[in-house]
Amino acid sequence: MADDTRIMLPQGLDRLIEVLEGRGYAVVAPTVRTGAVSLAEVHGADDLPWGVGDEQEAGRYRLTERDDGKVFAQAAAAPGMKATLFPPDELIWRGRRSGSQFEVTDTGVDHVRPTAFLGVRGCDLRALAQHDRVLAGRAFPDARYVRRREGAFIAAVTCTDPGGTCFCTSMGGGPHPESDYDLALTELSDPHRFVVEVGTDLGAEVLAEVDTVPATADDEAAVTTAVAEATMRMGRTMDTDGLRDLLYAAAESPVWDDVGNRCLTCMNCTMVCPTCFCTTVQDVSVLGSADAERRRVWDSCFSEEFAHIHGGSLRTEVRSRYRQWLTHKLAAWQDQFDALGCVGCGRCITWCPVGIDLTAEVAKIRASAGIPVAGGMR
Amino acid sequence: MTTTLDRPGHSVRDHMTPSRYRISRTRQDTRDTFTVVLEPVDGPMLHYKAGQFTMLDAFGVGEVPISISGDPTRPGPLEHTIRDVGAVTHALIAAPRGAVLGVRGPYGTSWDVADGEGGDVVVVAGGIGLAPLRPALMEIVAHRERYGRVVLLYGARTPEDILFGDELRSWARDRGVVVEVTVDNGQHAWRGKVGLVTNLVPRAGFDPHATLALVCGPEVMMRSAAQALVARGVPGDRVRLSLERSMKCGVGLCGHCQIRELFACVDGPVLGYDRLAPLLSIREL
Ligand SMILES: Cc1cc2nc3c(=O)[nH]c(=O)nc-3n(C[C@H](O)[C@H](O)[C@H](O)COP(=O)(O)OP(=O)(O)OC[C@H]3O[C@@H](n4cnc5c(N)ncnc54)[C@H](O)[C@@H]3O)c2cc1C
Ligand code: SF4
Ligand code: SF4
Ligand code: FES
Repeated sequence: MADDTRIMLPQGLDRLIEVLEGRGYAVVAPTVRTGAVSLAEVHGADDLPWGVGDEQEAGRYRLTERDDGKVFAQAAAAPGMKATLFPPDELIWRGRRSGSQFEVTDTGVDHVRPTAFLGVRGCDLRALAQHDRVLAGRAFPDARYVRRREGAFIAAVTCTDPGGTCFCTSMGGGPHPESDYDLALTELSDPHRFVVEVGTDLGAEVLAEVDTVPATADDEAAVTTAVAEATMRMGRTMDTDGLRDLLYAAAESPVWDDVGNRCLTCMNCTMVCPTCFCTTVQDVSVLGSADAERRRVWDSCFSEEFAHIHGGSLRTEVRSRYRQWLTHKLAAWQDQFDALGCVGCGRCITWCPVGIDLTAEVAKIRASAGIPVAGGMR
Repeated sequence: MTTTLDRPGHSVRDHMTPSRYRISRTRQDTRDTFTVVLEPVDGPMLHYKAGQFTMLDAFGVGEVPISISGDPTRPGPLEHTIRDVGAVTHALIAAPRGAVLGVRGPYGTSWDVADGEGGDVVVVAGGIGLAPLRPALMEIVAHRERYGRVVLLYGARTPEDILFGDELRSWARDRGVVVEVTVDNGQHAWRGKVGLVTNLVPRAGFDPHATLALVCGPEVMMRSAAQALVARGVPGDRVRLSLERSMKCGVGLCGHCQIRELFACVDGPVLGYDRLAPLLSIREL
């Protein structure tokens, strides 16, 4: 930890939000929405989930009350940053028809308000790095994503209370934010305080407007302990060794038939997944006018339509779609983007209505390939 | 700690908004297939290579991938040959002369026909699959002396569905292209071949060890054509297929066109059979 590491008291969060709003950001942070902690816009520290914990298990999510008054002591929020930086429905372009001609009147690229994220986790940052690679670092980058991403400010937090479906440590991550943040907070108790690490000059500038004191060696040791303890509390694991070849070789595995029989193709997993990036377009005529617009909306490889070409879908069976999803995330992504497409946030496990757990499915594939099982629930 | 945050607004060009092109002419090729000829409205004519496609937009109806079917060796208007199969393709072919369409692209890989120079070229086309191959054939006949034997094996549903008939005749007559056409259903006065185009591969005149093969048509037809070519000794990496997949963006972002690790829109649509064979053999991959 660096010399510029500071200590901020809980009341500092309100000031931090105020400073960020003052700089023109929409501040997006964990907040309780319809029975779950979601990332959404907040206007002060009162909107944050003080004393709220969560329990996450396969197909189960429940809020709990904590008696330590901690504010960031939950696992991954659903939805995460994806919904802000890569919105579920956005304008691509709007045009106006006159006779058999048209002109483009709006491309939406310019209507971007900068966002400051507060309270995002290491898994979120690693998912963001994947989106940077997939959406921005390409031959044809996504202009709308790049605009939002460039303007974003990130105050991450150490994930001190990982959930039952978490396995970020298996996927090369960990509870402590490692990169791509402006500020990183670790929440500690006795006394309740935040150790704030500075990642960028802009982060330092923002923090200078908030009351803080220098962190001591004891504070820094407490962070190390909190991180080490959280690392031990991952609810699940996944063995990623040789995963690409394993999954490529398992294309005809009966495991797909079995999971295909359970999967409802509800698409919850791809919607909550912070790395899934698939979209489709919708053409909408603006009723009573000569205008029409093309919108881009999230799509999912779980829909039959997804692989539709004239003559029919190329993936009519559920097994083929689940295979596409898992094989893309864990294998093909490595060829495409030189990384795993899963950061181990556990969201897809938690939000699956029938509790399908990719760590368990991978373990089954490994087992059916004659390799000893490692991974799944602890 | 490292940081890769790149804040100052180095905003990038938007690839999802089309350029406008005006229809200068629409030619009916067969009962359901039309060639739409376009001139740019907003800027210069796009440059393309044989085998590339564009995303063609019918305003308010939708946008679909269509291969460029014109002559890449000569400057001229932009041509697409479109089979009327659904809402978007119908709107594209039904648009009147002077109407404006949206065009994005060109996208995707090319046939890279020049790789076949100094040897024989076999082109195997099924149905509308001849349209994406037309630019490759035009490139070959424009430099005919650089190639050995050039064979076009083309299968159509019925004699009435044969595309570019005049061109086929002139390539055969004047350009030394061996053109063999077969139809699935040949009643009436048809005196030519009847049957699958893939059945023509075993007896076609080319040297398998010095051949570039270009294949486009329905996927089952491409698979059996590629197998027949490989069976004759053409190496897999000298057999190129142009794949059809669902494409919503054409630029690698929407995810629809994936075939395991490949994005058919940017890694393809033209891909070597050596790469495709293991993927196409898995059902519903
Ligand atoms: C690289 C490439 C090149 C092509 N070149 C040609 C060509 O030169 N000539 C030609 O006639 N056809 C070509 N096609 C096929 C053409 O894109 C489809 O026939 C067309 O998309 C059908 O759309 P539709 O709305 O008219 O028909 P429908 O079958 O009614 O389509 C129904 C819906 O499915 C969607 N859909 C169907 N097929 C596709 C697809 N491939 N991608 C995305 N969405 C799809 C459409 O958006 C539409 O909304 C090509 C396809 C690809 C991938
Ligand atoms: S696949 Fe599941 S665990 Fe992995 S990043 Fe996506 S939602 Fe998280
Ligand atoms: S897993 Fe499916 S929805 Fe997610 S990015 Fe891959 S193809 Fe798209
Ligand atoms: S067409 Fe969108 S990724 Fe290929």
